[in-house]
Amino acid sequence: MKKYILKRVAMSVATLLLIMFVLFVLVRIMPGNPFPSERMNAEQIANKRAELGLDDPVLVQFGRYMAGLAHGDFGKGTSLYYGAPITTVLGTCISNSFRIGGLAILIGTAVGLILGITAALNKGTFIDAFCTVFSILGVCVPGYVFLIFLQYFFSYKIPFFPYFFDSSRFLFSSVLPALSLSLFTMSTVARFTRNEMVEVMDSDYVHLAESKGMYGNMLVTRHILRNALIPIVTVLAPLIVDLLTGALVVEKIYGINGIGKLMVDSIAGEGVDYNYVLALGILYSALYIGIMLVVDILYGLLDPRIRVASSKEGDA
Amino acid sequence: MAETAYVPTKEDFELLTGRDITTDKNFASQSYWKGVAIIVTAIILLAIFGPILSPYGYRDIVSYTDEAGKQVVAKGISPQIGHAGDGAFDQYTFLFGTDDLGRDQWTRTWHGARVSLIIAFVTIIIDMIIGMSYGLISGYFGGAVDAVMQRIVEVANSVPRLVIVSVLAIFMPKGMGLVIVALLLTEWIGMSKIARAEMLRIKEQEYVLASRTLGAHSMHIIFKQILPNTIGPIITQVMFSIPTAIFTEAFLSFVGVGIMLPQCSIGSLIENGFNNITTLPYQILPPIIVLALQMLGFNFIGDGFREALAPKLEDM
Repeated sequence: MKKYILKRVAMSVATLLLIMFVLFVLVRIMPGNPFPSERMNAEQIANKRAELGLDDPVLVQFGRYMAGLAHGDFGKGTSLYYGAPITTVLGTCISNSFRIGGLAILIGTAVGLILGITAALNKGTFIDAFCTVFSILGVCVPGYVFLIFLQYFFSYKIPFFPYFFDSSRFLFSSVLPALSLSLFTMSTVARFTRNEMVEVMDSDYVHLAESKGMYGNMLVTRHILRNALIPIVTVLAPLIVDLLTGALVVEKIYGINGIGKLMVDSIAGEGVDYNYVLALGILYSALYIGIMLVVDILYGLLDPRIRVASSKEGDA
Repeated sequence: MAETAYVPTKEDFELLTGRDITTDKNFASQSYWKGVAIIVTAIILLAIFGPILSPYGYRDIVSYTDEAGKQVVAKGISPQIGHAGDGAFDQYTFLFGTDDLGRDQWTRTWHGARVSLIIAFVTIIIDMIIGMSYGLISGYFGGAVDAVMQRIVEVANSVPRLVIVSVLAIFMPKGMGLVIVALLLTEWIGMSKIARAEMLRIKEQEYVLASRTLGAHSMHIIFKQILPNTIGPIITQVMFSIPTAIFTEAFLSFVGVGIMLPQCSIGSLIENGFNNITTLPYQILPPIIVLALQMLGFNFIGDGFREALAPKLEDM
């Protein structure tokens, strides 16, 4: 197991480094000019380029960038938040995004599990049908559409929640975005839990446990849930990643100062900010790879069969 | 109460398998197939013919000249059923209303649906060809070829779509091209994985060995003999990729890097509706409903295909 984990970690780090390098080179070899040129003359641009060291060879620049990164320094933006260090800007955005995202995952997983378990235990009843319809709706309608409606009804028609995000009332104003972000997670987890549970409930070992006289909570928690939950870990990873994408629009709609909004600002505004694209690209890739790694390891820990299969494949 | 003779029903002669009805193949093939087929056909037909049914183009601003000789623009008409009797508009019913600039929302919605369907189909078909070839070749040759090709897939799979989009936004003008390239770069991965898994399953079968013994060329074996046998799972994956493509288009257009004015797509219509939600709350409804129905239809087709093509799952 140790060997498996080490191998996965090493591979993830190597992949991340490769992605960082490719991203850096792609962003640096851009034709065009990273500064909004209308506001600067040629000499100013030349000065600015020299100041940021953009005229050095790409490899030298990459080395310098990596050295900076090691100290947590992402450099400075070229057009966005002009002059402020990216690390400072990122800090606030990450904290906002992560708190709302974390809340969304928490709500989504908890409610999804409860819904799925209830539906599976009451298979074929009204509750089950409700759960099915709900999960279909959650998959077919994007989370930001829910946010638009929630915002319209509960912030505009009935002005209960704030119309835009207000960081001084963090928990209160993150209710709507977290709820709408969590819907996709909720519906997927609910559907998946339900189907897994139904399948496990029909398996031989559950029938055996039942025939030995086991019933109720004991049977559900000891035998059914334990095995039904393992595959859910795998769906959670892509869901968390989807959350990152979904957060982009949600943050735009609700005016949240988060990494998603920063990403939109850095690519969709008038000029593209190269350094922000680079920093956010690295951040998103690192997050993505990190989540995949954690899930892979967790999965290996939870289900010994996976571990055996993958280590065999690795040795071959 | 008089004793009546028990009349055996059909169920009495069937074995109780405890099979879940919602995953039952027969259920899937009978009841919701029809509904799904109707939804998808209706949307495709309306996307093709919908705009033609209206006398106004998707860019036309509807206006008329009143008695005083003044130009009146039909801004923000609510959806109407039957004629509103509004002077010059007696001839035409704005079923979906008009938008904030006075354009017919019916035409725009179906034009948008057309754009998003075209994007989805074009990209997914190209992705299918790329991914399928990649996966089949990687799986067939195995060994070093496979190892190298799978490392590439692994790295490509570790780059979040968002990062790809943001880097593309530096290189390319925003618009339909960016959406298509972003989808082309990401969606082939899933297909290649499925194609490779199928290839690994099939390539050990006798007919492949026979072909090889007879001296058939590798490419002939891969594309002429094995490919037709892998098509089922690949089609399933294609069906699941279409909603992903539609979703991605909507999301990118909403954020402002997708479809640009004066073109419109489902995503840009939702964005436009969101911008006017406080004044014209109805404007956002048609594109959202069409989006949800598209997602619903294609997801269900995917589910249906998966169940119809994977009897193994049920026989286990």
